[in-house]
Amino acid sequence: MAELGRAALLLSLGLVAYAVLAGAHAAFHRRRRLAVSAQNALLAAFATTLLAAVILWTALARRDFTFSYVAQHTSRRLPLGYALSAFWGGQEGSLLLWLLILTGYGALAVFLNRRQRELIAWVVPVLGGIGVFFAFMLCFISSPFGTQAAPPDGAGMVPSLQNPYMLAHPPMLYLGYVGLSIPFAFAMGALLSGRTDERWIVMTRRWTLAAWTFLGAGQLLGAHWAYVEIGWGGYYAWDPVENAAFMPWLAATAFLHSVMIQEKRGMLKVWNMVLVSLAFWLSILGTFLTRSNVVNSIHSFSQSPLGGWFLGFIAVITIFSAVLIYARLPLLRARTQLESLVSREATFLYNNLLLVAFCLTILWGVMYPVLSQAVRGETRSVSKPYYDFFLHSFGLPLLLLMGIGPLVAWRRASLRSLGRMFVIPFAVAVVTGGVLLALGYGSSAPGILAYTFCAFVATSIVLEFVRGRRATGSVVRLVARNRRRYGGYLVHVAVLLFAIGVAGSSAYQTIHEQTLAPGQSMRIAGYTLTYDRLDSVSGPNYTGFRAVLDVARGGSHIATVAPGENLYPIEGPANEASVYHDPRTLGDVFTTAQTIKGSSNIDLKVLTKPLVNLIWAAGFIFVFGALVAMWPDAVEQRRLAERYAAAAA
Amino acid sequence: MTAALVLGAILALFVVAFVARPFLREPAPSNDDLGALSEGQRARLELVEERDRAVAALRELEFDHRTGKVTDADYRTQVGPLRARVAAALKALQPGAGPGRERIARN
Repeated sequence: MAELGRAALLLSLGLVAYAVLAGAHAAFHRRRRLAVSAQNALLAAFATTLLAAVILWTALARRDFTFSYVAQHTSRRLPLGYALSAFWGGQEGSLLLWLLILTGYGALAVFLNRRQRELIAWVVPVLGGIGVFFAFMLCFISSPFGTQAAPPDGAGMVPSLQNPYMLAHPPMLYLGYVGLSIPFAFAMGALLSGRTDERWIVMTRRWTLAAWTFLGAGQLLGAHWAYVEIGWGGYYAWDPVENAAFMPWLAATAFLHSVMIQEKRGMLKVWNMVLVSLAFWLSILGTFLTRSNVVNSIHSFSQSPLGGWFLGFIAVITIFSAVLIYARLPLLRARTQLESLVSREATFLYNNLLLVAFCLTILWGVMYPVLSQAVRGETRSVSKPYYDFFLHSFGLPLLLLMGIGPLVAWRRASLRSLGRMFVIPFAVAVVTGGVLLALGYGSSAPGILAYTFCAFVATSIVLEFVRGRRATGSVVRLVARNRRRYGGYLVHVAVLLFAIGVAGSSAYQTIHEQTLAPGQSMRIAGYTLTYDRLDSVSGPNYTGFRAVLDVARGGSHIATVAPGENLYPIEGPANEASVYHDPRTLGDVFTTAQTIKGSSNIDLKVLTKPLVNLIWAAGFIFVFGALVAMWPDAVEQRRLAERYAAAAA
Repeated sequence: MTAALVLGAILALFVVAFVARPFLREPAPSNDDLGALSEGQRARLELVEERDRAVAALRELEFDHRTGKVTDADYRTQVGPLRARVAAALKALQPGAGPGRERIARN
């Protein structure tokens, strides 16, 4: 089976290489049949890569330890679901997942847009070029089909990866990372073909939104995994690999906003090309950071010698996109100008500058240890205060802009209309800030600022819906007529809830650690936790203990929590946190426990995290809003079809 | 090993046939051109995009006015030039119209 897997990957490499060479030749010399042949090669590459993936999944399911990859990442007692998830648990499998999604996305995007021959002819070689890199790595540098004499059992899976979130978090992130290849390929295809009209944007609008949604949802799933699995009570640690997923999301967010300016005003064409290239560049960098272990990370379970190859590929992408954008600058000139610095377009521009600045400061923080090592010979890293400073510096103004943008008219707005639109949100924000200060929440300046800004944004969004309903007669009609705008507002609501959750759970959290004997209690933030007993537990591939604690508030029992530890015979021990979700505060009581050797006493650590559940609720609204924004609009589809039919008439 | 090689060879044959399909279906086509847009069609597409942008801008202005983001006075100032831009875009798209892009952009 491994030989067939290797053969399938070699075929994939040959096919994507053909897509590059034949596709570029066909596009340059305008050969129709050769162009279709190159497209077919991309479609066939998906089929052969899928075959390779099925072979690896079968080997994982059967625990076929003659596959080195299977032996390194699974064991006989590992539950089937986790064994299948080992596909993306290691470097070779992750690369295969990249190629599988890339060829799948590429085949679908090319098939759906095959009538746009001139543009697609150039898109195929670009997608093929990306595919060549990953297929080459899989065939010659990091193959998942290496074989060996089968050992009696495998090395198992890192305990922290044995979590249901690992079934969805990595593939979701990869769907996002790889998804950014499609708008990049279409943008480069547009530049190569000299077709810098809006067609590439129209074709990739939903691809970009989908990739961005997957990246966002994937990060939230990862945050929840870190929260329930790692045992430190946090959900984001500015870890390099976490940042690696956050940076392309920020760049894609900027692109999603600025592309609207190009569609509506024909401006920012160069900027959009730069942003779409930056988002893709960062997605490759993200894969590089995850897979190379070039910077220390909690994700360093994936160490490898891939760094040089990825750096080379990143350099190729940088040169290719920069040269192409520069060469096509005359075609990308805007024919209109920003009419006023007080307009919706201008707020989008400010939003873009803040997003990109934030993205680049994170990039600097991520790369600083590598650069300091290269330049000064010593590894120096930046830590949480650096990132928190820029989160406050760029995040709070971005939050405020989310409220200001919807209130400002397109083209230009007068001070009189601004005053009229701002008065209610401003008043609500001031009252909210005042009330929170009076209630004693002034201990955190960023926290109180965030809540005040959130009140401003929430009011402006509500007013947008109210005024829009008045103008159109119904909310349903309002949203149906402009799904992108109101879907976008729903995403803003999600960001708002996220901000409230982050501010509440970080600025106002409480932490307490104490050693307890059975019967003893700990008090924290109005809760009393009483240690009852120590229970033994066992699962399919572990044994462990749970410290059973009663949680009470105001003298009444409200819940039982059972933090503890699992001991995996092959992989080692792992903390198991236990969380009580308090519906009254929308926050959590987060507990971890360790036994003290030779006794039944425990070291108990408890965190209370007000409003933290709003972060997870925000995830659902984020996805819903994104779905509303990308849902096809029949009227718009007809208009666009007529537009391109008229052009060819 | 042998079975895998045979399967791999069969797979390779299918793949080659699929990739070569356009040439097998049309060994000697009368037209093998990719069918790119002519300069005239490209110019027309730009005009259509400009028309759509102008119409969208007019709609946005109407909506912003109805929702109170644009005052009556601002609306009166802005609506005239926008209507003129839409009219110019429509006129430039009429059969027989000369190059009108510069005129539209100026408006």
